[in-house]
Amino acid sequence: MAMLTLEIDGKSVEVPHGATVMEAANKLGVFVPHFCYHKKLSIAANCRMCLVQVEKAPKAMPACATPATDGMKVWTQSEPAVKAQKSVMEFLLINHPLDCPICDQGGECQLQDLAVGYGGSASRYAEPKRVVFHKNIGPLVSAEEMTRCIQCTRCVRFGQEVAGVMELGMINRGEHAEIVSFVGKTVDSELSGNMIDICPVGALTSKPFRYSARTWELTRRKSIAPHDSLGSNLVVQVKHDKVLRVVPLENEAVNECWISDKDRFSYEGLNSADRLTKPMIKDGAQWREIDWPQALELAGRRLGEIRNAAGGDAIGTLVSPHATLEEMSLAQKLARGLGSDNVDFRLRRADFAADSQRAGIPWLGMNIADIGALDRVLVVGSFLRKDHPLIASRLRQVTKRGVQLNILHSTDDDLLMNVTTKSIVAPSELPSALARIVKAVAEAKGAAVPQSVSAVTVDDASRAMAASLASGKAAAVLLGNFAEQHPQASVLQALGQQLSGLLAGEFGFLGEAANSVGGYVANCVPSGKGLNAGAMLGLDGTAARKAYILVGVEPGLDSNDPVRARSVLAAADFVVALTPFRSAVTDHADLLLPSAPFTETSGTFVNCEGRAQSFNAVVKSLDESRPAWKILRVLGNQLGLSGFDYDSSEAIRDELLASMSLPESLNNSLSATDIVQLGSTTQLAGLQRIADVPIYFADPLVRRAESLQKAADAKAPKLWLSAGDAQKAGVAAGQRVKVRQSGEAELEVAIDAKLPAGCARVAAGHSSTASLGAMSGELSVVKA
Amino acid sequence: MLSAESLKRIDREIAKYPADQKQSAVMGALVIAQDEKGWLATETMDFVAQYLGMAPVAVYEVATFYNMYNLEPTGKFKLTICTCLPCGLQGSLDAADHLKERLGIGFNETTADGRFTLKEGECMGACSMAPVVLVNNRRMCDYMSNDKLDALVDELGKKA
Repeated sequence: MAMLTLEIDGKSVEVPHGATVMEAANKLGVFVPHFCYHKKLSIAANCRMCLVQVEKAPKAMPACATPATDGMKVWTQSEPAVKAQKSVMEFLLINHPLDCPICDQGGECQLQDLAVGYGGSASRYAEPKRVVFHKNIGPLVSAEEMTRCIQCTRCVRFGQEVAGVMELGMINRGEHAEIVSFVGKTVDSELSGNMIDICPVGALTSKPFRYSARTWELTRRKSIAPHDSLGSNLVVQVKHDKVLRVVPLENEAVNECWISDKDRFSYEGLNSADRLTKPMIKDGAQWREIDWPQALELAGRRLGEIRNAAGGDAIGTLVSPHATLEEMSLAQKLARGLGSDNVDFRLRRADFAADSQRAGIPWLGMNIADIGALDRVLVVGSFLRKDHPLIASRLRQVTKRGVQLNILHSTDDDLLMNVTTKSIVAPSELPSALARIVKAVAEAKGAAVPQSVSAVTVDDASRAMAASLASGKAAAVLLGNFAEQHPQASVLQALGQQLSGLLAGEFGFLGEAANSVGGYVANCVPSGKGLNAGAMLGLDGTAARKAYILVGVEPGLDSNDPVRARSVLAAADFVVALTPFRSAVTDHADLLLPSAPFTETSGTFVNCEGRAQSFNAVVKSLDESRPAWKILRVLGNQLGLSGFDYDSSEAIRDELLASMSLPESLNNSLSATDIVQLGSTTQLAGLQRIADVPIYFADPLVRRAESLQKAADAKAPKLWLSAGDAQKAGVAAGQRVKVRQSGEAELEVAIDAKLPAGCARVAAGHSSTASLGAMSGELSVVKA
Repeated sequence: MLSAESLKRIDREIAKYPADQKQSAVMGALVIAQDEKGWLATETMDFVAQYLGMAPVAVYEVATFYNMYNLEPTGKFKLTICTCLPCGLQGSLDAADHLKERLGIGFNETTADGRFTLKEGECMGACSMAPVVLVNNRRMCDYMSNDKLDALVDELGKKA
């Protein structure tokens, strides 16, 4: 495409057609003062701060909204430009309080910074200033000082365009204009915290951080988010060895300039009172503190004894999928050094049949940034917005450009984006529904129908979805967390692979956790006859191990079946747990070793696209807690195992990554597709459970983040039924009922008209539902 | 929430725009809702938002931007007097004072008998005929001298 050449401040620059003067100036590195302009948002041109002089234009023009033209001459610092900018600043400051010393934004405020350059030394305005009332818009974003708002509407546009839901708006007009949420509502978006970053003044600030420190007192250190599979890049802000705030570090290829609220506010959990600060041992029913040498000696001795008495197979090692690559690597090394192949990190999985057929490491199947290049997408079994807030946001952006998104899932939550076709079926129907789509696509493409799906009957829904998928040039089939945790996950994987093959497109997994790819990289999975997480946690009736090593795991909430997890751990002779949080394992373990969360240890997360992102500790380990890789190293030494002589976590990482080629190891293929067995679904007498892992219950850290726990997404799980099923069970919304699965729980009934019939949605990851049992299964409602 | 009659009228508004741009009908829909209910309660705006598939706060933005929408119940007759600069220069502020005195209420207030509500309006595009008063968003009265204002109030008072 032909480029335009224009001149800014005497310097020539080339930009494509459609570019604005602001973009041209940015390309040259010329700073034009602005407030409402944001490169990721639509143009509003309502702050007027970016006025510049344009040749032949009688008045100054807003750089953000003026299209560049060929031969244009622009001056950003000429007398007319600066005069216009200074006048705008004077107007902006008329109603803005001039009390920066008491404002939480002071020191990191764009208005304050620009007022230094463009504001007067004194105000000419002597009349009363306007006052805008403060608002309560939820536990995360503070709107306590709306008088400071300069109506740039960045927050409004962010909601509309990036978060996909307009929760803030500007009401009234002129002098009375103000930013509000709809009467009394809170801002509940999982991306709401970004509004704090983009607010150029102190109107929207971080509620948990407010008035706890000044920006210049904070030390900024880079890190990587430990929650979802994206691995958002972070800047962690620290004062006196305490994490006080987390903000995004821009990385266009990963998180752009955003982070989810989970990544932003989970740091509160780091400072929670539940942190384990000293090794502890269970003395009868009592917990007692012991010192590190004793604790390590005991752990080494007991594990050694059990190995000697019952063999390595009697030991099981379970690692959190949020653990670092180095921790996973040493944990599996320790297990294997003890002669045990029972090591796994996939705690919420139910189906491991694909393990024997894996050609490589399951991953996204493409780069995150390449989502933008797709034109047809099928997402299977994903609570997309809550499990992958920023990948959902990327998909939201591409669907606006006409990319067709298709959904196959068991719930129909509003994704806040355009969905071309969707098929909402009961969990047990997911494999056959996907098989129908495979067959329909094969028919649409005129390709041979794969043997495994020849028996299914194509219906209108699958035909419509196939028509959408087959009409594109760059398709992708992505399996979500629900698909990975499905009891027939391997069937879904095989079908997904077939489908992407027919479409000649990409195939991948969105990824359950921060290090779900890293777990395979570290070989933290059984390699031969070893037991997987399901077997170790008693999912298939395998007997409990005699000893368990838990690394960062909260078994009662992080496993597929908390009831079985509890019983196998209770049956074990010895359970040693490396954990940052005391309450996570006190019910299960015999020995607690305080390990450091991600801010207190160096490490690496491999995100869903296979990007290994390393980070350093940003603060000192709290009290006597220690990085888990150091604890595992000493345990290895204690047991006299070889290969535990690392000086740094980097040495572990380098050795591991040098031993393999990570990019080439990424491969979603299964060696055989005979895994697809589409049996007739048996009619269940009860209701099929659909278990999501709500965004703020997903891992031990976020569960302890106080403010997030007050957010709308952290409401206690309910028993969601379709209206028909509720009627059948004789219960009504709001009623508290007893629900029976393998155990019982008392839950409030709620109606979700979009749920498939015969299903009940009950979230996992929460103490109120942990007593029920596995994430999938049959539920019955017993009236309380 | 709204009568079948109103919904039919709203559907007519929606039909004027492309199918994927239902929210273009928001102003018409709010007028229709206000015609039926007399004013726009939060629930009414919420309903309109749902009906048009848009964010409630976006409806709220529109309803608060234009002062012909009533966000609280009004008297039987809503008198809106323009107080923008051109009208102001031509005596609309005095006219407003006269109305306030005559009705015994200030701006945004309703007389005790529920007959009249007095509102301050924005430019109605009739600056040359100032002062202008708008009755119930529909009837425009121009050159409103004090005598004409009294006559208007008398006339409306008889109807009430």
